Amino acid sequence: MSAPANEAVFQDKIDQDIRIEPKDWMPEAYRKTLIRQISQHAHSEIVGMLPEANWITRAPSLKRKATLIAKVQDEAGHGLYLYAAAETLDISRDEMIGQLHSGKAKYSSIFNYPTLTWADMGAIGWLVDGAAIMNQVPLCRASYGPYARAMVRICKEESFHQRQGFEILLVLSRGSEAQRRMCQDAIDRWWWPSVMMFGPNDDASPNTAQSMRWKIKRFTNDELRQRFVDVSAEQIKLLGMTLPDPALVWNETRQHYDHGPIDWEEFRNVLNGNGPCNKERMAARVQAHADGAWVREAALEHSRKNAARQSVQLEGVA
Amino acid sequence: MSVQALIDYTLHLGDNALVLGHRNSEWTGHGPILEQDIALSNIALDLIGQARNWYEYAARLINGGGGKEVTEDVLAYLRDSRDFRNCLLAEQTNGDWGKTVLRQFYFSAYQFYFYGALEHSRDKELAAIAEKSLKEVTYHLRWSSEWVIRLGDGTEESASRMQRAMDELWTYTGELFVPADYERKLSPAGIGVDLAAIRPLWEQRVREVLKAARLESGEGVWMQTGGKQGKHTEHLGYLLAEMQFLQRAYPGCEW
Amino acid sequence: MTANNTISNVISGDKGSWPLWEIFIRSRQGLDHKHVGSLHAADAAMAIENARDVYTRRMEGISIWVVESKFIHASNPDDAASFYDPANDKVYRHPTFYDLPDELKHM
Repeated sequence: MSAPANEAVFQDKIDQDIRIEPKDWMPEAYRKTLIRQISQHAHSEIVGMLPEANWITRAPSLKRKATLIAKVQDEAGHGLYLYAAAETLDISRDEMIGQLHSGKAKYSSIFNYPTLTWADMGAIGWLVDGAAIMNQVPLCRASYGPYARAMVRICKEESFHQRQGFEILLVLSRGSEAQRRMCQDAIDRWWWPSVMMFGPNDDASPNTAQSMRWKIKRFTNDELRQRFVDVSAEQIKLLGMTLPDPALVWNETRQHYDHGPIDWEEFRNVLNGNGPCNKERMAARVQAHADGAWVREAALEHSRKNAARQSVQLEGVA
Repeated sequence: MSVQALIDYTLHLGDNALVLGHRNSEWTGHGPILEQDIALSNIALDLIGQARNWYEYAARLINGGGGKEVTEDVLAYLRDSRDFRNCLLAEQTNGDWGKTVLRQFYFSAYQFYFYGALEHSRDKELAAIAEKSLKEVTYHLRWSSEWVIRLGDGTEESASRMQRAMDELWTYTGELFVPADYERKLSPAGIGVDLAAIRPLWEQRVREVLKAARLESGEGVWMQTGGKQGKHTEHLGYLLAEMQFLQRAYPGCEW
Repeated sequence: MTANNTISNVISGDKGSWPLWEIFIRSRQGLDHKHVGSLHAADAAMAIENARDVYTRRMEGISIWVVESKFIHASNPDDAASFYDPANDKVYRHPTFYDLPDELKHM
């Protein structure tokens, strides 16, 4: 088949909501965009383990400690599922990790903010995971089969993350004066970065249209952001706390909440490496990978030795 | 048999599990590869789950004597290192992946035979928790044995790292089988485990795995003791300072 | 796949790249093993254990199969027309093709 004919068949499948599978013909740009999107998402899961792992050893009760370990462990799993989905597009996990470590690949800039108090575990669960879920649920219907299947698994597991986060905040909001302060402070620090998680405004997001045509993005950044703001503005009432946006008001005409202007200057800066923790996060990842090199090598060497010994034994039998 | 001995015994088991689980959880997010990060976090979760079961039982025993209500978190977060009765082995720092898996192997092998015996305790609660925990420990032992073998019989570098880990940790293995006073009280009554009976099983298992790993065991090394009686290495104080920080800084709060 | 791995080893300077494995899980007795995803492991024994930790944390399975990905052979999607379309007009393979009286029971 000629390239234009291939392209037509491909787009036709997507329009009919037929999934694209690894060995199917696909435009090179589709493959590349998917690799970028999926690996960025995987990197975000892996780097995202760090700010929360930061509090595992200081979790204030055994129940919280167990829950937090399980949650961070899930994130490792999510990173793994996503790397595996990307690996079906002819790129290895090593190569993707190399891109992360060299700074060539990006990850969600939210994880470059520090976790300063225990309440941050609550705020991350409620706001950051909440925003992530908004983004991820529609991707369960993404056009690329392995990606959509990974997202289904991830969304199933994510549901407990947001709930545990909100519960942490709920307990703090009903606690001592110091705990309520801690709660409000965490919400104040995590609100705007969470709102920015949806990415630039639609008019500044040139690739959105193509990605939507390919159905690897199902709603625009601003649509998802609006949905997140609407939901959060209601949920905060249960906590008796406030969101740090004086311009946040219900708009009767639009039937949505209006919100204040987003500081895109900060967003770009954090994205470009000037966030409070960019360097620490990357250093921690690179170190873990480097420290693990001898372990991975030894495991492989051992299995080679084992295989060699077995084949010698087999020859002995024959 | 005194209730106090049973309380001490149960706390000792809880402290072992909590301290080692805590150490393992320090790896979460920093493992050598995602798959193993997840594996070790699972072991951490199992151990913390065991600790909660032991503490919950200890709290019930303590509360039975009247006085201020005690919970699993009071036991974990409001005792100082002199009151912790875990073995010294459990509190040793993680070091590299080799030291961590070797510590896990020594400990899991001990827990494996220990729980296997405790399953038959005349105290139904001890027996039930031991039975449940044994399933988890059986897997920990398999996982850690394989890693010790893999690294001992891997590359030159991994073998020398494992030999170094052996040199660091062997001295803390003797304590596992030196009974504390509360163990001596409970063992003849058929409630606690007779450590002398499980010691040869542990030694046999360790010999087999080290042989498969082509590693030399540290025979004849002086053995450190004291953890079971609350005399710890300096490491435990730092571990507790970190772990107990919030409960200490904000006393009496719900979390 | 193998060539690709070698290239990436050079890029990342990592000599210890574990191969990729495909994981199949039987979720309960009586059901087929179903492909659930993939992971990396140094050998088959480790792949099974990794699968246990990665894919059955929430009691998703009772039996695990692992196959190193490079040993999976797949049909070519370009053959789809010649492979699968001919089955389209063979409705006689399906039980509903046969028009039988309602009184007929147990069939």
